[in-house]
Amino acid sequence: MTPATVLAVRTSPHAHAPRSVEKIMANVVFALLPICVYAVWLFGISALALLIVTTAAALATEQMFCRAGDKRSSIGDFSAVITGLLLGLTLPPALPLWMGGLGAFIAIGPGKMVFGGLGFNVFNPALVGRAFLQAAFPVAITTYTPAKALDRFTEFIPSTLAWPFMKAAPITEWMVKVKVDGFTGATPLMLQKFDHVTTDPWSMFLGERAGSAGETAPLLILLGGLYLIIRGMMSWRVPLAMLLSSVVLAQAFHMSDPARYPGALFVLFSGGLMLGAMFMATDPVGSPVTSRGMWIYGILMGTLTVAIRFLGGLAEGVMYAILLGNALSPLIENVTQPKTYGERRKAVAK
Amino acid sequence: MPLLEAITGKRLWRGLHVPEHKDETAHLAIRRMPFPPLLVVPLSQHNGAPAVPIVREGQEIVRGEPIAKAGGFVSVPMHAPATGRVQRIALAPSAKGELTEAIYIVPYESASQEVLYGMPQDIEKMTPEEIVLAVQETGVVGLGGAAFPTHVKLKVPAGRTIDTVVVNGCECEPYLTADHRVMLEQPAEVLHGARVAMRALGAQHTVIGVEDNKMDAVAALKQANGNATDITVEAVPTKYPQGAEKMLVKVLLNREIPSAGLPAEVGLAVFNVATLAQIGDLLPSRRGLIERVVTIAGPGVTKPGNYLVALGTPLRWALQQAGCTANVTSVILGGPMMGTATGSLDVPLTKGVTGILVLTDEDAGPIHPCIKCAACVEACPMQLNPSRLGLLARKERYEEMAAEFHLMDCFECGCCSYVCPSNIPLVQYFRVAKQMNRERKARA
Repeated sequence: MTPATVLAVRTSPHAHAPRSVEKIMANVVFALLPICVYAVWLFGISALALLIVTTAAALATEQMFCRAGDKRSSIGDFSAVITGLLLGLTLPPALPLWMGGLGAFIAIGPGKMVFGGLGFNVFNPALVGRAFLQAAFPVAITTYTPAKALDRFTEFIPSTLAWPFMKAAPITEWMVKVKVDGFTGATPLMLQKFDHVTTDPWSMFLGERAGSAGETAPLLILLGGLYLIIRGMMSWRVPLAMLLSSVVLAQAFHMSDPARYPGALFVLFSGGLMLGAMFMATDPVGSPVTSRGMWIYGILMGTLTVAIRFLGGLAEGVMYAILLGNALSPLIENVTQPKTYGERRKAVAK
Repeated sequence: MPLLEAITGKRLWRGLHVPEHKDETAHLAIRRMPFPPLLVVPLSQHNGAPAVPIVREGQEIVRGEPIAKAGGFVSVPMHAPATGRVQRIALAPSAKGELTEAIYIVPYESASQEVLYGMPQDIEKMTPEEIVLAVQETGVVGLGGAAFPTHVKLKVPAGRTIDTVVVNGCECEPYLTADHRVMLEQPAEVLHGARVAMRALGAQHTVIGVEDNKMDAVAALKQANGNATDITVEAVPTKYPQGAEKMLVKVLLNREIPSAGLPAEVGLAVFNVATLAQIGDLLPSRRGLIERVVTIAGPGVTKPGNYLVALGTPLRWALQQAGCTANVTSVILGGPMMGTATGSLDVPLTKGVTGILVLTDEDAGPIHPCIKCAACVEACPMQLNPSRLGLLARKERYEEMAAEFHLMDCFECGCCSYVCPSNIPLVQYFRVAKQMNRERKARA
């Protein structure tokens, strides 16, 4: 028989790879889940509540902006889930929940939807949200609590449930109650920078230290990143360039003055470098599309991270390094356009 | 050693591995398709000026007899695909949608359909100019899909020399196996055609490039070639779009055809294997091109295979012979990556049709904004930046696309659209942009 129906006339190609935006984003969420689970294991229900609040607020904000703009809802593409989770993972577990929700609103609203939604934002939305919180609540965002505190699965950290714009309950009493010896409320980076106490890189590799909810598990972050790279869902150039350049630069500093600057392994496993390099610097929207551009972008961010940590006034530099990288990405892309096949030289001298 | 070869060996760096779907037809020998009750032979089956009819309505014609003469140098004659009667000369639908003039022929059912028209000629005694004219007489055009008159490519452009003939046996489009079968079943004709091309062009050497998913074809060609040294057969790692001539000459000979230039600028001439097989077959007996091998395949076909089809056979007849399932959604002339969807089954098969692909799939998913994942940039064999070009196309900045981002180098292989996770119809954007630029240039 011959087809009796009306034939569809589409333009070529008439085949498509199975990869889609939804699948990429869903895979990133899968890669983030083990990190979230581990964060909850280390920091308890406060971290869980924070992750739920940031993710829910991110989704609600995206839905609200779509409604307001009379656009089809875009929450089904999972990108808002990623932003919510990443924001939650970069925040201290003791952060009041309302601040987390506000951060997610800033991340998705002014950080992403104002530019036109997915694909049009200049900066990584999660980091926009975090940068806002850092500027607005400098104390809360640098108040760290110890990992593996007692009763972490039955009790919230007191500051978690603070009312908006109310003074949070002091957590000093709670600290005494959970009986963590010798804890000063500082992350290894702060200890190193301000007290010149270097934490053993191996204990940092296992992640049992103070820090933001999701930044303390380098192994899980690495595995999640490798999973995405192997599945072809993520660029390998950006994380490699960023980690390699920061390690090399840190080692050079360390060799020039071992007493003042920590070694490469410390830099690699401390702070948010691993999480940032694997899951935020690689956000394709803020990265150049050319392969040479990706190398330059990654090296720039790695260098800036070490420069801020070692030479600047802040203990941690990953967030600003990535935001600066995002800002320079279009310029980097413009100057690294590939040489095309059979390109003729312009202005042939005769 | 294999590792070193994998790193340093000849291969296509960009491009894609696309599911091949060749197994369902690659092992099936070429079969002749019966004549339809009515043949529709368009006068413009090639690039260039249409042919001019030399028959009248009602005239009886013999299979292989010229029925239209070339309309200029960049044009070819047409020959009668069957013994029968000219019903009329009138407009007929084409795959592109527009109506073009065609000769309608009613084949005689009782005729033997033997090709009686022709006369032996000694190619060895012919000058290059005579070969060019003799090839034009056969009506052969690029059978890989381009349908550019082959004899034009056999004439060396003024001021150039051709040192090597490149023969394209890649057939990198999924589903298609027609060239594969031609190489297996007519290797001697392919080699003969290549030697005719070398004589016409004054080239000393021929390289036949075949993708390594067709090692039996490589073996058949090598065996037919024996110990001859003027022709070499090379297997190259399979990757789409290696069958594009620019890609193949880069892989085989590491030469880049300059932007908007011809292979002759780097001393090359490139021909498809099926084209050379037809020349090798037709030229010695001075016959004309009246049929070609067409792969009919895809999920909507019940008897897929490689069919030797008389030119002018309507699509409807061809699909009746090959059988279709009930859920067909679209019919593509050519392969899935670069083929043209047809809206009508009354379109006749012409010289440039490599295959008929019958699809049953659903609509593609929703279109998302570009997330700059760079998959298209890594896939583009021309090393363009489809991501940026797509964003500029949305803003209708067509001139900037051509001036700054090499739009006109795009040959529409489809890699960018294929990999795009956002389902952005990039190739279609670029087609529109190129057309707009051409029209602006024409107006200026």
